[in-house]
Amino acid sequence: MRPQIDLPRLQPQRRSFLTGAPGALVVLVLCVLLAACGERDPDASRDSNQAKRPVPLLLTPEGQPDPAVLAEQQVVHRGNGEEPQTLDPHLAEGVPAANILRDLYEGLMSEAPDGRIVPGVAMRYNMSRDGRTYTFYLRRDAAWSNGDPLRAEDFVYSLRRSADPATASKFATMLMPIENAEQVLAGLAAPETLGVEALDEYTLQIRLTDPTPYFLSLLTHSATYPVHRASVEEFGARLSRPGNLVSNGAFVLSDWVVRSRIVLSRNENYWDAANTILDGVVYYPLEDQSAELKKFRSGDLHWTYDVPNNQFRWLQENYPDELVVSPWLASYFFGFNMTREPFIASPRLREALVLAIDRELITEKVTQFGEQPSFTLVPPGIGDYQSMLPGYAEWTQEERNAEAQRLYAAAGYTEADPLRIEIRYNTSENNKKVALAIASLWKQVLGVQATLVNEEWKVFLQNRSQGVLTQVFRAGWVGDYADPYSFLQMFGSGHGQNDYGFSNSLYDSLLEQIAEERIPARRRRLMQEAERLLLEAFPIIPIYTYVTKRLVDPHLRGWENNVMDHHYSKHMFLLASQSENASAGTTP
Amino acid sequence: MSVKQGLWRHAGQRLLGVVPTLLLLITVVFFLVRIAPGGPFDSEKALPAEIEANLNARYHLDEPLVQQYFRYLGQVLVFDFGPSFQYKDWTVNELIAQGFPVSLTVGGLAILLGFVIGISVGVAAALQQNKAWDFTSMGFAMLGVSIPNFVIAPVLILLFAVYAGWLPAGGWDWTWQSAVLPVITLALPVIAYIARLMRGSMIEVLHSDFIRTARAKGLPERQVILRHAFKPALLPVLSYMGPATAALITGSVVVERIFSIPGLGSYFVQGALNRDYTLVMGVVIFYGVLIIMLNLLVDLLYSLLDPKIRYEEL
Repeated sequence: MRPQIDLPRLQPQRRSFLTGAPGALVVLVLCVLLAACGERDPDASRDSNQAKRPVPLLLTPEGQPDPAVLAEQQVVHRGNGEEPQTLDPHLAEGVPAANILRDLYEGLMSEAPDGRIVPGVAMRYNMSRDGRTYTFYLRRDAAWSNGDPLRAEDFVYSLRRSADPATASKFATMLMPIENAEQVLAGLAAPETLGVEALDEYTLQIRLTDPTPYFLSLLTHSATYPVHRASVEEFGARLSRPGNLVSNGAFVLSDWVVRSRIVLSRNENYWDAANTILDGVVYYPLEDQSAELKKFRSGDLHWTYDVPNNQFRWLQENYPDELVVSPWLASYFFGFNMTREPFIASPRLREALVLAIDRELITEKVTQFGEQPSFTLVPPGIGDYQSMLPGYAEWTQEERNAEAQRLYAAAGYTEADPLRIEIRYNTSENNKKVALAIASLWKQVLGVQATLVNEEWKVFLQNRSQGVLTQVFRAGWVGDYADPYSFLQMFGSGHGQNDYGFSNSLYDSLLEQIAEERIPARRRRLMQEAERLLLEAFPIIPIYTYVTKRLVDPHLRGWENNVMDHHYSKHMFLLASQSENASAGTTP
Repeated sequence: MSVKQGLWRHAGQRLLGVVPTLLLLITVVFFLVRIAPGGPFDSEKALPAEIEANLNARYHLDEPLVQQYFRYLGQVLVFDFGPSFQYKDWTVNELIAQGFPVSLTVGGLAILLGFVIGISVGVAAALQQNKAWDFTSMGFAMLGVSIPNFVIAPVLILLFAVYAGWLPAGGWDWTWQSAVLPVITLALPVIAYIARLMRGSMIEVLHSDFIRTARAKGLPERQVILRHAFKPALLPVLSYMGPATAALITGSVVVERIFSIPGLGSYFVQGALNRDYTLVMGVVIFYGVLIIMLNLLVDLLYSLLDPKIRYEEL
């Protein structure tokens, strides 16, 4: 069964295209001439869709928007970056796929608009005293989009499938806290040994190896979503095609035209369908940010995935109400390769290089989107966690520079014999600008001779992980879940993502303690200690905390900024325009 | 032997020649994409060894390279390009089958528009040599050749979609509205190039002896141009049309990106960046076959238009 929704064009309605061939030629000539004068925005011709303003939001006593203020058409059009690789929740990777999967599926837990973890398919749960056993009580009315009931057994099947190395899920590591997951993932134990059990039709028990305070947030990740067993067995690799895909979220897949659009429509069998206002969501893969911006300006999108990096000023002036910039749980930093000269056993040299960087200059003059200068690895915004700032964070940049110069000279470098290094980054306009800023700051303050090397993504990744060519390299991390551990674990000795060659036995033992600690305050202190230890060894150059930046049509409401940047369409709704409601007789 | 038989024999011989060319193409591309550093499953997130091994086994990447090569050749023989590594739900055949009609429509319309307008403008300019129309049209043609499409496309979108609201700012839904701007963007340089080619060759032909003869016979000017001058003047345009058509109907990366069109062009770039070996191989082979066929077609058209080129002697 494929529910169909029709896709009306958004306002403004297209006017008829009347120009004849000669007219078109003249206009074309004009375009070419205009192009020569550069892209300018005459104030007189503001984009046609900007004139419309939404009506004020009214809420019913239940907290839902009053039907009177809602637009007639409740279909949201969202720009969504790249084409998702697949919509099989266990195989999907990347932010674009995750956005769509959050609408199609629902895990045991879900998220509120502000990012709080709230009950999903599980109505409530119990945690054992040792924090190692969770019992989930499923909603009796939870169902698949084809009407089949959703039972605890479905989760057992799905979690086993997700962990099974034969499924080859890249995000199976998200299940690592579950008992026996490590052995299952390594192919040493059968998927049936995974610590997941259906106690009865609606009760699910999950046993963990260590108390994992962030475990509930893992249950909102696509690797833990349930899949419909009969469909998986029937369709295999064709599971996520329209018509085949059976899901349990607020929406269901109704069309997928590769690299064109993915259309979702209401899932009437969703347990909370009564509170879902949207009739449909259309996701467009728009890799080019300027193309996406033009689509937004012509009124084809309510929500963009990103905005062009170099147009902050212009957007701020022309779209002050639409431009939304908000901190993201993601750190942008550079790394040192500590297994290669000159950075083996030279913490003071690394410190000098870290100190000599004026982060505020970079965020204000280079990246410009309101990124927060950062002195730590873990970005702010994770619950009660507060990173311990290194001492130099309090200093002025002049003091930092002076100390940097002293350390640099102490490391034996002089003006005549400066440090010569390569800064390596993956090709992107932003990385290039930041790397250039770093190189020139180092040259200015210390006299370092840095050369920039840009590499295509896959080449860069390989060089970074082999660690044979790299010296200073671009890095960064987006938290998989709202817990500092997502950032800290990368620096464990021998961790697959430890491209820095950082190895410290004290740090490793702190990581172990963090994993086993179940008292939140003690765990937080351990994590602060680990982060402090890490930063004091200077394996990385913290630069800034990422922001998410997008344009949102003011008609679209029901969403809130959150550090995870998770925005479920089921919370969203469209307000009517003032022109739609206001009477036509107001003109004198 | 008749002219026609010679033509067919020539076509047959050329088709046989396709096989070694394609084999060479497949071999070179197969090994080149694998030499490139980084693999299809590399990502910033480290993979557990067992999962990586399973991924490699699923796509036969764990086999020796030579074995992979012959396995691939065997697949190509039955026109199976295998599953895409990147777009996991789709096979390369399906991706080409979805993307090619779009590229064919946009590119085909562009080349048609380019051909018709380019020829007309070129002929008109040649007939008015060194007069106002000649200078104006050739001036614009020069502009058309030199302004890149990544400049023209955004300007067109800004004017017709953002300000005027007549046409969509991008996307593809099989309506004429969504085709207008990309087709114009692609056609502009083709119009310009063909107009210049056509003008040059027309002027040359108009100065040749047989035209003078035709005029001396007292034929009306219209007939001189349409019957005698047009055909030979078309030849240089024709040899440009082969590769140009192949390039346009397999999709332009730039135009597809700017207009968000789901054509074939982006797969070349995306496939290569993602190390999606099967996708790269699939589109390269497809493109190879297409360009060989179009060149063959141009050659055959040549012999129909130019009596000096005949294939009896081959």
